[in-house]
Amino acid sequence: MTRHLLSGNQAVGEAVRLARAQVVAAYPITPQTTIVEHLAEAVGKGDLLADFITVESEHSAMAASVGASIAGARAFTATSSQGLALMHEMLHWASGQRTPVVMANVNRALAPPWNIWVDHSDSMAQRDTGWIQVYAETNQEVLDTILQVYRLAEDKRVMVPAMVMLDAFSLSHTYMPVDVPESDVIDRYLPPYSPPQKVLPETTQLFGSFSPPELCYMELRHDLEVAMHQARILLPQVEEEYTQLTGHPSFGAVDEYRTDDAEVVLMAMGSLAATARDAVDALRREGKKVGLARMRLFRPFPADAVRSLGERFHRIAVLDRAVSYGSGGPLAGEVRAALLGIADPPVLAAYIAGLGGREVTQEQIRSIFERLLSGNGLPSEEWVGLKVEG
Amino acid sequence: MSARPVALPGGHGLYEVRFHGRGGQGTVIASTLLAEAAFLEGRDVQAFPFFGVERRGAPVLAHTRIGEGQIRLATSVRYPDAIIVMDPTLVRPGSPIFASLRAGGDVLVNTVRPPRELQLAVDGHLASVDAVSVAIRHGLGSRANPIVNTVILGAFAKLTHVVELSSLEEAIRQKVPSHTDANIAAAREAYGLVEAA
Repeated sequence: MTRHLLSGNQAVGEAVRLARAQVVAAYPITPQTTIVEHLAEAVGKGDLLADFITVESEHSAMAASVGASIAGARAFTATSSQGLALMHEMLHWASGQRTPVVMANVNRALAPPWNIWVDHSDSMAQRDTGWIQVYAETNQEVLDTILQVYRLAEDKRVMVPAMVMLDAFSLSHTYMPVDVPESDVIDRYLPPYSPPQKVLPETTQLFGSFSPPELCYMELRHDLEVAMHQARILLPQVEEEYTQLTGHPSFGAVDEYRTDDAEVVLMAMGSLAATARDAVDALRREGKKVGLARMRLFRPFPADAVRSLGERFHRIAVLDRAVSYGSGGPLAGEVRAALLGIADPPVLAAYIAGLGGREVTQEQIRSIFERLLSGNGLPSEEWVGLKVEG
Repeated sequence: MSARPVALPGGHGLYEVRFHGRGGQGTVIASTLLAEAAFLEGRDVQAFPFFGVERRGAPVLAHTRIGEGQIRLATSVRYPDAIIVMDPTLVRPGSPIFASLRAGGDVLVNTVRPPRELQLAVDGHLASVDAVSVAIRHGLGSRANPIVNTVILGAFAKLTHVVELSSLEEAIRQKVPSHTDANIAAAREAYGLVEAA
């Protein structure tokens, strides 16, 4: 294992090299572009023995990835924001045809107005496409998670595509020390992809053909739902094996920090959690019992882990970096639903913050914690740092 | 490498540098080279550009964070311990960019003029280095567009001692594939041109 200073995008590239992806089909978009550059260079230098397919759009990138996966190749692509939106139709094809494509999505806001900075609205808009979604907090976790989700996605009990999210700039372009495992270690962890069946030019099989109502459409959808639940059950195991081989930490679906004796807990995703950790430490030094629950897995949704939070804490704040317009933060909505039915449910305070890269400061997170501790004026939806005209 | 025993300047366990340059001057690379040098000394580090669109000639920002312990912060640098100005046209008397400098911090400006002639209000230590001449002497970039990043870092290492010159040289050796020896020699020359703060 060697330690390097890597940007989040370089960490993606290193993970894909270690995963020995066989087909990379990707279209550049800010701030994902350096992933594509890194992989093109790795293929050019022979560090990655893959077919690098230059495509004319993200829609085609996903179509090519799905095709490669159907033919039995380990496929990878990466995108961001508008590119992910353009892929939307093909995302359903990837999951519906049960191709375990892995994708990195650099979380970037959607236009208009044009904005290249971080929020989670691009991937949140794809939460119903049947893809596993994991959100990373650090560049180390970006690298580790891509390898883990290949294992998870390609598991015969799962066979579902997976996307790994990294925040624009605060991860994608920030250089941090990253431990890069040796390739023989990863080869033991991630054997070559061998699908139960593949379609090759000389074979006659149909993938994603046609099903009228009375045939298997609904059953195939049910299979996909079951596979997603399987993915949730298998994730801890997949992580644990990775930890045993590499020594890198496991986080689980919900990564709890200093929650043991906490009175209140904040839920956050992505790199905001890193800033929240520092806020937790600062408040702890003042004797305030606060903790963090970082949502790492969003699809499949870890409702059991969220219910466990609801049973242990009386006041929970949820920080969303996206909006489901007319319904508030998507994470807050899911958390509320998961908490229904538990005895003595907690009070939930929901915040929307950091849209379009608006900075979320430690002071703002601190003030959320302090309000949570006081229990007064907890909002059902409040926008943090919103500029008010006047 | 084990953790460097020496405490960081500033005395708060975290040392933050903001670079002001123009697109095409190697400002972002400067921020990663400084991080790389500190990383080689066993520090935890971060380097990141101003999160934005880079265009040749336009003002750009880049940042380096160096920690005695683990760095988690994912926010921009608000109160830098040091400010490095890669291009003299980015500052003029009354320039507001130094207002956020931590009291007693260091400012290094690439200019032919001595610090007292710059008329900059700096609550800290102000130094200057003629990085352009050094870069041209070592054939870095062109006369019209000299690449001053490694030169500036050589001077900065002397000014602040936040990294050793040897670590900076090693970082250049590992991460600058073009004109590597000239960059090292230029950094070394600049190190000799400034006084420690």
